[in-house]
Amino acid sequence: MIEILLDATVRAGTPILFATLGAILNERAGIINLGIEGLMLIGALAGFAGTFASGSLLVGVLAAFFAALAAGCLHAFVTVQMRGNQIVSGLALTMFGIGITALFGRGMVGATIQGFERVAIPGLSQLPIVGNAFFNQDLLIYFSFLLVVAMAFFFYRTRWGLALRTAGENPAAADTCGVPVSLTRFLAVIIGSGIVGIGGAYLSLATTPMWIENMSAGRGWIAVALVIFASWSSYRALAGAYLFGGITAMQLRFQAMGTTVSAHILQMLPYFFTILVLVISTIRLQKGASQQPEGLGQPYDREDRK
Amino acid sequence: MKRLVWLALSLVLALPLFLSLPGCSQQEEKTEAPPTQPKPEVSAKASAKEIQAGFIYVGPVGDAGWTYAHDQGRQEMEKLDYVKPSTFIESVPEGAESARVISGLVRKGSNLVFTTSFGYMDATLEVAESFKDVVFMHCSGYKSSENVGNYFGRMYEPRYLSGIVAGSMTQKGVIGYVAAFPIPEVIRGINAFTLGVRSVNPKTEVRVVWTQTWFDPGIERDAADSLLDVGADVLAMHQDAPATLQAAEARGAYVIGYNSDMRSFAPNAFLTAPVWNWGTLYTQIAEQVSNGTWKSESIWYGMQQELVQLAPLSAKVPADVQALVADKTAAIKAGTLHPFAGPLKDQAGTIKVAAGSVPSDGDLLGMNYFVEGVQGTIPQ
Repeated sequence: MIEILLDATVRAGTPILFATLGAILNERAGIINLGIEGLMLIGALAGFAGTFASGSLLVGVLAAFFAALAAGCLHAFVTVQMRGNQIVSGLALTMFGIGITALFGRGMVGATIQGFERVAIPGLSQLPIVGNAFFNQDLLIYFSFLLVVAMAFFFYRTRWGLALRTAGENPAAADTCGVPVSLTRFLAVIIGSGIVGIGGAYLSLATTPMWIENMSAGRGWIAVALVIFASWSSYRALAGAYLFGGITAMQLRFQAMGTTVSAHILQMLPYFFTILVLVISTIRLQKGASQQPEGLGQPYDREDRK
Repeated sequence: MKRLVWLALSLVLALPLFLSLPGCSQQEEKTEAPPTQPKPEVSAKASAKEIQAGFIYVGPVGDAGWTYAHDQGRQEMEKLDYVKPSTFIESVPEGAESARVISGLVRKGSNLVFTTSFGYMDATLEVAESFKDVVFMHCSGYKSSENVGNYFGRMYEPRYLSGIVAGSMTQKGVIGYVAAFPIPEVIRGINAFTLGVRSVNPKTEVRVVWTQTWFDPGIERDAADSLLDVGADVLAMHQDAPATLQAAEARGAYVIGYNSDMRSFAPNAFLTAPVWNWGTLYTQIAEQVSNGTWKSESIWYGMQQELVQLAPLSAKVPADVQALVADKTAAIKAGTLHPFAGPLKDQAGTIKVAAGSVPSDGDLLGMNYFVEGVQGTIPQ
């Protein structure tokens, strides 16, 4: 039973994980991105259409990455280049994503593709309990593991990562040290957006290999909240995404098993944990342990006098 | 100061993005339009009057389910030569806000308006109050007025038949049912389905999982997987997305669809589906409004009027089951078979419908208990 639960947890958590990682990359550079939901949809449609047209899942994933990256350019242009309001621009991006995918997705409704299949890693997939859940999954899930580690390495072990974090914490200081703040922020926004797009593609290529309008069904907003829960760390994003995926999977499975636990209580679980998580992160915040980038949400203009 | 300028600029930049949403732009347009009187051409005339229909949809036309089925009906209705090309607005949120959208449709000249979700009920009545010359039809509600009729289908009839198919095809005696919300419409469907299953296979149990959403492909898929994990080998569902079908296809189980014929999503797993056929009803209403015979009523049509149907059975269903389903279909259409005919017991074994009687429509519309054979609870 635990094996099945873990497996369902990983599969339900992965789209949220990609979206959260993408959002973290944005916010580490100081740019709030509320367009995650729209970017996921753009990724989902582009991924599905790419695979449908070419027959190759790799092409689909790349299409999702670059389509969401292109849409992220809009947000980057408004927030970094024009120094516009990040909240407004992000919300507009979500609206834009919902609308444009509905428009261009018409022809894709009802089309079918062969989605991602499980690929067992020899040896590791035989491990008791965790083997099946973590090492008998599809390639995108393995990629998400790599991305979590790679992102942590990038932030704390590379020069570029340091430059990116500084651009988010204190852009003026970064500028003084010769970091090209606007360029750094621009790249962080568009690459982060591309990663969010892969999260969307996971839905349309692996979870349910099809395209339906609005298929992300609010996962983008969960990711926005998870960034705070994860306090901008990719490892905690992994934990958060799996926690949320796992609670949903668990309550559905309890129902299927016909437990006598009240369906009320089971369905309350995700919300209960959401509140719990918010309380915990607020307490951490009050203790001064906040990891929030100092410059988050503030446009940087070299000529603004402090 | 400078920041304010940039804020204004970004708002201006963002504006076209908002306007690019088809639904939004239309709504904006309507609020700005000065309130005008309904056009004189919509006044009641006995001769064949032209129909300009308007539709309010709760989801996107591309949902492959509920809204898709209504839109098929709309297109069917447009085949009448006095029906002018109709307007529809997708993804209109339910509730008071929808009144604005509905009256917008009327101001643009619609003289027959269909509002196709439960949550538009009060808004429809409110708008209808100010446009007495326009005919309103509300789907799945229970209120009506002088110029507002309501309509729905006895989906439990084909659900019962689909249960017969499922009960005949299960090997393990466990059938899974992915259900949206614990409301009478859904509960009625689960019960009718279970009664169909147990009419051919009395030992079989139907396990229910609530998703608490009409539309979330990811959760629907997960719910379907969870039922397969506990041994279900046939799945049925009451959801708007075809995710359950894909789950069954991927795991080599059988599946019963819903809303529209979704077999393309599960060519091997698909057995049949109870489906909506709104076209016949919409055509009939357009005719009545056109020749002036329309009057407000509550329509609850079944298989006899072909508002609800069972999609053609898969070739995997054995010939004797096909024949049985054909027999039962004929019996339902003839009125000799009622899926909820007594004796009918609930989960605890209490008699809910006495032997020899059938529940009234009121009882059916308020059904809030599971029949014997359903494994699951109704969150109250």
